Amino acid sequence: MEYVSPEGLRLDGRRPMEMRQLRAELGAVSRADGSAVFEMGNTKVIAAVYGPREVQNRSQQMNDKALIRCEYTMANFSTGDRLRRPKGDRRSTEISLVIRQTMEACIMTHLMPRSQIDIFVQVLQADGGTRSACINAATLALADAGIPMCDLVTSCSAGYLNSTPLLDLNYVEDSAGGPDVTVGILPKLDKVTLLQMDAKLPMDIFENVMQLATEGCKAVANYIREVLLENTKQLENRRGV
Amino acid sequence: MRGMELSLNHTQKLRLQRALESLESFSSATNSNASVTVADSIPVNQEDGVLKGHGTTDLDGEVVATVCGVIERVNKLVYVRTLRARYKPEVGDIIVGRVLEVAPKRWRLEINFSQDAVLMLSSMNLPDGIQRRRTAVDELNMRSIFEENDVVCAEVRDFMRDGSLQLQARSQKYGKLEKGQMLTISPYLVKRRKQHFHHLEQYGIDLILGCNGFIWVGEHVEIKDDMIEDEPTPTKPDAKSNKSQISQSLEEQEQTYTPLETRENICRIANAIRVLSTLGFSITLDVILEIVDLSTKKGLDIHEMLGAEFCVLVAEKEAERRSSSTQKKR
Repeated sequence: MEYVSPEGLRLDGRRPMEMRQLRAELGAVSRADGSAVFEMGNTKVIAAVYGPREVQNRSQQMNDKALIRCEYTMANFSTGDRLRRPKGDRRSTEISLVIRQTMEACIMTHLMPRSQIDIFVQVLQADGGTRSACINAATLALADAGIPMCDLVTSCSAGYLNSTPLLDLNYVEDSAGGPDVTVGILPKLDKVTLLQMDAKLPMDIFENVMQLATEGCKAVANYIREVLLENTKQLENRRGV
Repeated sequence: MRGMELSLNHTQKLRLQRALESLESFSSATNSNASVTVADSIPVNQEDGVLKGHGTTDLDGEVVATVCGVIERVNKLVYVRTLRARYKPEVGDIIVGRVLEVAPKRWRLEINFSQDAVLMLSSMNLPDGIQRRRTAVDELNMRSIFEENDVVCAEVRDFMRDGSLQLQARSQKYGKLEKGQMLTISPYLVKRRKQHFHHLEQYGIDLILGCNGFIWVGEHVEIKDDMIEDEPTPTKPDAKSNKSQISQSLEEQEQTYTPLETRENICRIANAIRVLSTLGFSITLDVILEIVDLSTKKGLDIHEMLGAEFCVLVAEKEAERRSSSTQKKR
């Protein structure tokens, strides 16, 4: 099957180095301390952050830093078939752990001892790249909640099909069986916090693909910064003097 | 807009947009330049020694923001003031909280902070008003003072070593709040002022703007002043207040009955605060009273205050108010 046409267009009409359209919205869940909806093309994810608040399970309380809990779920209606996914299934647990470790690297937990921060992420529409969209949405929600972070975390995926590195795979390209590299970076500090790949790639091609994904992350970071800045300005203006 | 999902028709959307745009034009230019997001570097004059305050961190000699907010500079101190974060307590703040748990010699209150606040039994006036050492009997009777889910008004005394708050409620104006509503709004909308307790005479209502974003609107209660010595210490009312609510006789129930008009006023003021918090305008006594007047002038029912039309009216009124205040400054 041809994923990149001879003219250089992908199945959905994008160029190989082109990302899908990004859209972010803050404040979707009014009861949460911070929340965000993040869309990458057709993939739509909602994140809600509660905290810092009192630790619910006293035995897990840490005296010098905050406890971070993360839960990833996919809605029944998110994929093509309406599937009831069990809560603790392996993929959800793995992605929850991945998101938790990624966010823990950037949240300044030592500023909020003996408290707990809950991050809930739910996929509303799944079209490839859900992991990246979840991390981006969680970053937005944490910034919305006013939780101190040393840097934004952004994430993007890239793949390699028909001998071309492709940025931001959608579901069809993802299920083609080619390699899928997910990268999460801290844009300002220029550090990598998440790097996952399935399938195999030779080293030199891997470098290219990872470089492409990193550039995608930086583009997402610019967009997220703009959205947050706009939101802050709006809130401050409304509040008045 | 958070909080209420309003279905605005086309003209209402346009009016709201126009009102909000005119609000933005009144905000000073310095304000908009001072907004930062996470990992934005803060422009700092490197020659002066700069004190890095809350919301900032040092990155290779550069001062970088760790939260989204507005930069504030006070002499050499630079800090980032967050907007939608949880309550940041300071000693002496008046707060309103809800009792979560009755623990040995203390109550734990929920106050929209990263940990629960603690109100020690020794920081609370005993019902008989005598200053004495708290005995084991007092500890067993804690539940007669506050129980779970009671709304309490207190003041921040200090911070404990683990970062949680210690409260005190030693004056007569603090204590259990009854016969009213507690509202939850974002703490950044309540500014620290000299007066947080407001008694609205024309409605007969007490309004407490807690610094933690919890607001109490309730029927006015006469505060008995402890300090006045020539008042005879009443023994009968104390005995009555010690009785639990369940065993109140019919006469007492009649005494504690709140008239319908007061209840309507409580709801009106509470709805005014809800509309203001949805739109994100700061909450002060003048603004609340203006909005309540606006609703009575327009003859709106109390439940209509939460509707789309009133929301747009409030936004327009606020735009008017800010334009007139900036004109007065000029």
